[in-house]
Amino acid sequence: MDNVIVYAVISLSAIGVTSAIVLYFVAQKFKVIEDPRIDVVEGTLPGANCGGCGFAGCRAFAEGIVKAGKLDDFNCPVGGNSTMAAIAKALGLEAEEKDPMIAVLRCNGNCDYAPKKLNYDGPATCAFAHNLYSGESGCPYGCLGLGDCVVSCKFDALYIDEKTGLPVVDEDKCVACGACVKACPRGIFELRLKGKKSRRIFVSCINQEKGAVAKKNCEVACIGCSKCFKVCAFDAITMENNLAYIDDEKCKLCRKCAPECPTNAIHELNFPPRKPKAEETAEVPKEPVTADSKA
Amino acid sequence: MNNLLTISGSPHVHTDESIKKIMFSVVYAMVPAMLVSVYFFGLDAVRVIGISVIACVLVEYLIQKYLIKGDVTINDGSAIVTGVLLAFNVPANLPTWIIVVGAIISIGVAKMAFGGIGKNPFNPALVGRVFLLISFPAQMTSWPLPKPLFAQTVTDTITGATPLGLLKEGQMAGKTIEQIMADPNMPDYIQRMIGFQTGSLGEMSALALFLGALFMFFRKVITWQIPISYLLSSFIFAGIFWMIDPTHYADPFFHLITGGLMLGIFYMATDMVSSPMTPKGQIVFGIGCGLLTMIIRLWGAYPEGVSFAILIMNAFAPLINKVFKPTKFGL
Amino acid sequence: MVLSTFKIGGVHPPENKFSSGAAIQPLPIPGRVFVPITQHLGAPAKVMVNRGDEVKTGQLLAKSSGFISANIHSPATGKVFRIEEAIDQSGYKRMAVIIDTTEDVWAEGIDTSPDIIREISMSREEIIQRINDMGIVGLGGATFPTHVKMMVPDGKHAEYLIINGVECEPYLTSDHRLMLENGEEMLIGTAILMKALGVKKAMVGIEANKPDAIGHITKLAAKFQGITVHALKVKYPQGGEKQLIKALTGKEVPSGKLPIETGCVVDNVGTAFAVYEAVQKNKPLIERVVTITGKAVKTPSNFRVRIGTPIQHLIEHAGGLPENLGKLIGGGPMMGKALVSPEAPIVKGSSGILLMPVEEARRTIVKNCIRCSRCVSVCPMGLEPYLLAQYSRLEMWENAEKERIMDCIECGSCHYICPSGRPLLDYIRLGKANVGKIIRTRGKI
Repeated sequence: MDNVIVYAVISLSAIGVTSAIVLYFVAQKFKVIEDPRIDVVEGTLPGANCGGCGFAGCRAFAEGIVKAGKLDDFNCPVGGNSTMAAIAKALGLEAEEKDPMIAVLRCNGNCDYAPKKLNYDGPATCAFAHNLYSGESGCPYGCLGLGDCVVSCKFDALYIDEKTGLPVVDEDKCVACGACVKACPRGIFELRLKGKKSRRIFVSCINQEKGAVAKKNCEVACIGCSKCFKVCAFDAITMENNLAYIDDEKCKLCRKCAPECPTNAIHELNFPPRKPKAEETAEVPKEPVTADSKA
Repeated sequence: MNNLLTISGSPHVHTDESIKKIMFSVVYAMVPAMLVSVYFFGLDAVRVIGISVIACVLVEYLIQKYLIKGDVTINDGSAIVTGVLLAFNVPANLPTWIIVVGAIISIGVAKMAFGGIGKNPFNPALVGRVFLLISFPAQMTSWPLPKPLFAQTVTDTITGATPLGLLKEGQMAGKTIEQIMADPNMPDYIQRMIGFQTGSLGEMSALALFLGALFMFFRKVITWQIPISYLLSSFIFAGIFWMIDPTHYADPFFHLITGGLMLGIFYMATDMVSSPMTPKGQIVFGIGCGLLTMIIRLWGAYPEGVSFAILIMNAFAPLINKVFKPTKFGL
Repeated sequence: MVLSTFKIGGVHPPENKFSSGAAIQPLPIPGRVFVPITQHLGAPAKVMVNRGDEVKTGQLLAKSSGFISANIHSPATGKVFRIEEAIDQSGYKRMAVIIDTTEDVWAEGIDTSPDIIREISMSREEIIQRINDMGIVGLGGATFPTHVKMMVPDGKHAEYLIINGVECEPYLTSDHRLMLENGEEMLIGTAILMKALGVKKAMVGIEANKPDAIGHITKLAAKFQGITVHALKVKYPQGGEKQLIKALTGKEVPSGKLPIETGCVVDNVGTAFAVYEAVQKNKPLIERVVTITGKAVKTPSNFRVRIGTPIQHLIEHAGGLPENLGKLIGGGPMMGKALVSPEAPIVKGSSGILLMPVEEARRTIVKNCIRCSRCVSVCPMGLEPYLLAQYSRLEMWENAEKERIMDCIECGSCHYICPSGRPLLDYIRLGKANVGKIIRTRGKI
């Protein structure tokens, strides 16, 4: 009986030792030599693998940036400035401070302003509905409300508001990775500067139809009247294809354009409420219920 | 016109068929076999079938409403089908609590744990049956002799062996086929066809099961691929060995109408969810089931091989789907 | 008698051919017509008129702008009101020429007499040129420019012309009535197409639910050389060109290739009739037979309609807009498109307008796939719809491509038969769009 135990112990030990030696040599022979800085850089990254940088994942980003040797075309929107600074330190370079961005929904065609003219009966995906028809409100540029953007967001920063039927961007969670921009078949999302104190102004409409046509489908559409364009002192507004567009880098947040808009298509986020002018008896255009307002 | 127009992709018409219609067709098809079982086992049959169906439906309802907290789909009839099939696979004297355990395993483990209807890789009723067989072998293999409904003498339940059980015992004891068939407890052909034999509730009458199968076939609930291939492969396999050595192997007709083969061929193997999706794949599936059933019956330790054979082939179904594709147009 | 059919798949939706007894009536021209500049596969036509121009019926409005493109002619006489985007059957607005109409004045050279001209005097090249000039496109619904179809590519050989009189879609009867009432003209058009293609044999396929048409066309075809008429088993989608070729010749069009690989060219009966009018009467394609039908419509009818007529106009002449209208479909119930508004115009590819009542308009609730494989057994292309739909939902485009999602003819049989009510065709369409995009970008790299 003892012999059995002795033999078992000897043979198993022999197998173990042999395997260890073989594995050691194999590991040495097939070792992949990598720049050790890649691991360091990867350590500074958030590890979300969201693709916001344009690479396949955080490891791929780290490899790319170490290979390139400079920071110029690389940006991790999730980690932001702190991460880029850490990477710069690891590589011995200087990092530029970039202004934080955020995803902005440029449509306010909710159920009240853009009433339903049709019933949609099909799979709950914007990609399919977009190919099928112009949308329940009739506006061919407007949000379909079926949530492809919500599904694409890996940071839980989007949800569809039940009352308005439009997606809402959670300002604290959004890292501007750009997934929603790609997911939306109509290109309604845009990455814009978050702005000082998180304040930003934008035209909440991308409809390029003539004003009368656009207004028929949605009360708060941009009708391309150019009133905002005329009052902007900083050349930030451009008019193209019956649509106004505010350049976020030129906009100085002076708030002159918003009250000019006859359809309330220009949204101002996170500003203090306007003081009503005492002399005017006419009603100042009220801040419309927007998808992003904190009301 | 005051309605809003509906927009959807084509097609804009739909057949009347629904899951509910399919499931209830299966239930109606099993009615002849249910009647036969009630005739032979009386109130016991009613008890077993009733408890099984109620337990299955209840388990599905409770899991869907309180555990998953999703939609309750008990009115699509699939739990009822599982309940009847589970009842068909157990002896009539099975204690009620064991039936309930079987229902919990069938519906809770084999169906709901995988995601509900359409997501189970294995036939739920068979999983329940095999679980009960392995966990409660004594209760699951004591077969009451049939006591016809209107019989004069109502005796205590006498148990006896099924024809397959007699066959396996006899073979283990070294008897020849002739000796086994001569055993007074072994019913003859006609008796076995109509149902005068022992067995689980659904195994009694091959004729009743066949009638139900015809009904399902005409209602287009089952297609010919699986039943025919299963039937032929088991028949031929048994037949080959019977021809080689008739003293030690029973003839193929014996195998066909005893045990759960008829039930398995038409009701269990044809379960849509766990069987392959392509016609060629279904034929391969049927052949595999037939071969495995016979291998277990002829040389395995268990007298009955249908349940295990079908479960093993269920495991192969995804692979079969991948390999045996339908012929594409223009290739 | 054993009728030919295609071997794999097929479904039997209820036929509901309410309007098969209604003779074709000319529909009065509406006050305003909206003529889209894309009524065909290929590049949109280029507009040749300006706002305010006076146009005559049959005058060229927009010119073909490429090899695969077609001319568009004015369907009415009047003044061009505007050239701008107007709602059309796609659910979006597209560029259209809008004309305020007055009394019909035909452009010069067009023969509007009812006489049937039987002699074919043009040469093959002249015929193809005339078909091109007159803007003839496939009237079966695909609207492929016919003159392109007639030009057999080098290395390929055409043996049969197949005329599609199947009309397998439920409800629609425009082809049926055309065969009954204009059968001889349609056959002369067939003979013209045979000359254009350079073939000696033509086969007309008609489904067995139209025995009067089969009898009538068979009798007329006896006078023509090389034209045979074949009755086909009633099964959807017998009218699909691949299925039709299989049923009539036994050959299968190879995956990813065109019917010319089997030596066949398929044209609709309406196209053959339009070719007759173009070649023998010098008349451009400006009108067609349209069925207006459905359980919600008061008077199911077949009208001869000018292109550009708003669908509203047809509805008014078929008993008016019903109270219980739930869905408005352009085409048949299996492959037609749900329309956003009755203001959309009739275009060259419009074979029918279906008014569906509210009870039938909404879909059944979607449930889990029960893996019954009915979709696999009905697919006429031998595909596995449940798998293609699943790959499309999970965005596994390469797998979908390997499973031949691009072979799908979008007939809708899978979606029709699914007992769980799953929107299979919707997902497959999404998959086809994405896989198509991948294939196109792959070609460019």
